Amino acid sequence: MSNSLYDKIGGEAAVNAAVDIFYRKVLKDDRISRFFEGVDMDRQAAKQKAFLTMAFGGPNNYTGEDMRRGHAHLVAKGLNDSHFDAVMENLGATLKELNVPAELIAQAAAIAESTRADVLGK
Amino acid sequence: MVKIHFEGNAYECKENESVLDCLTGHGVAIPSSCRSGVCQTCMMKALEGSVPPESQKGLKPTLQAQHYFLACSCRPVEDITVALPDAGMGKISATVLGIERMNSDIVRVKLEPNAPFEYRAGQYVNFFKDASTVRSYSLASVASLDACIELHVRKIPEGRVSTWVHDCLNPGDIVDISEAAGDCFYMPGNPEQDLLLIGTGSGLAPLYGIVRDALASNHTGPIRLYHGSLSVEGLYLIQELRDLARLHANFTYTPCVSEGEAPDGFSSGIVLDVALKDIPDLSGWRVYLCGNPAMVDAAKKKTFLAGASMKDIYADPFVPAQS
Repeated sequence: MSNSLYDKIGGEAAVNAAVDIFYRKVLKDDRISRFFEGVDMDRQAAKQKAFLTMAFGGPNNYTGEDMRRGHAHLVAKGLNDSHFDAVMENLGATLKELNVPAELIAQAAAIAESTRADVLGK
Repeated sequence: MVKIHFEGNAYECKENESVLDCLTGHGVAIPSSCRSGVCQTCMMKALEGSVPPESQKGLKPTLQAQHYFLACSCRPVEDITVALPDAGMGKISATVLGIERMNSDIVRVKLEPNAPFEYRAGQYVNFFKDASTVRSYSLASVASLDACIELHVRKIPEGRVSTWVHDCLNPGDIVDISEAAGDCFYMPGNPEQDLLLIGTGSGLAPLYGIVRDALASNHTGPIRLYHGSLSVEGLYLIQELRDLARLHANFTYTPCVSEGEAPDGFSSGIVLDVALKDIPDLSGWRVYLCGNPAMVDAAKKKTFLAGASMKDIYADPFVPAQS
């Protein structure tokens, strides 16, 4: 049994449980919902899953460059720190709802936080 | 060494190498992003040979059933032939058996394929007027119940294929159709799950197929069908669906009209609103949405926010042709 963050949070089952909750929160959040208008919801859900897997310390091969390229069109539409903060808030609330211990939430948040500069194209 | 066949070429796949790495390593362009089996950008379809189950993790059951897999997490253990999801579909000819008017702008076309034809009710075929004029229509028939296949064609003003079907096509004519495609169909395996189906106009075609397929597969959970149009004249198969509801206690049919007063036996309002008012909490439900693209897009979001899981929402927007 490995002691990685991913295993402690609950691995793939935890991601599957989190993705609907997280995506629903994001869509209902007036601060950021406009960035999700007109997107293919199935593809978006798969991307949310990839994001959560990464934040949970799971397997991923994302590079900073992928993050920059994937969000450049949103930065052009005004994506900034306040929106990134809103996503971080939704991530924390999702994990809390799933009864993930605070110390693990903090670790996941730190991983997500580390993508900020790339996501915002700074 | 295992071989991967793609677009007529064979590529040798090293031990433990993924289909994605093998193909891209040979200079073949395959879209990809996370390369960890999650984002689904590198989805491909196995045409021959079987793929390991771990390469289908996270895909919708209807995609798994059609042998779709993720190239980045597929380490093949036998020779396989693969294709990108948008690769061309095979074409077969079919004989027109009958054309029946359902209402002022929809006809039911019955066809007999002239070659073996496999499909699931709710999938679609491309229907060829000629080699370059093609439109997609959903399959309203059920393979296990119906001898022929059935499409519902709504006449679009100036529509090049639909006006031809309505005005020129006759029983006995031979037409070309594609193989069946699409992931909006019934999957057995969870017979107690609640099913909600919402459609507008000829979006009833796939739903009619899916409902009958589910009933024939002994689905025991509730099946709730909502069909909407502006007026009663825009609806069709009303009597057939009422009869079906009388025959099956777990099936209900709610026809909805959005303009003017609804007569007895019809609900008044936009079909999506009527359905969500009846069933405000969709946690655990499986949802099928077909027809007008604006309705389907709105319904996808609203049924998800009402509690349906993304993996349980199947949608088929009838996007109008641009040419």
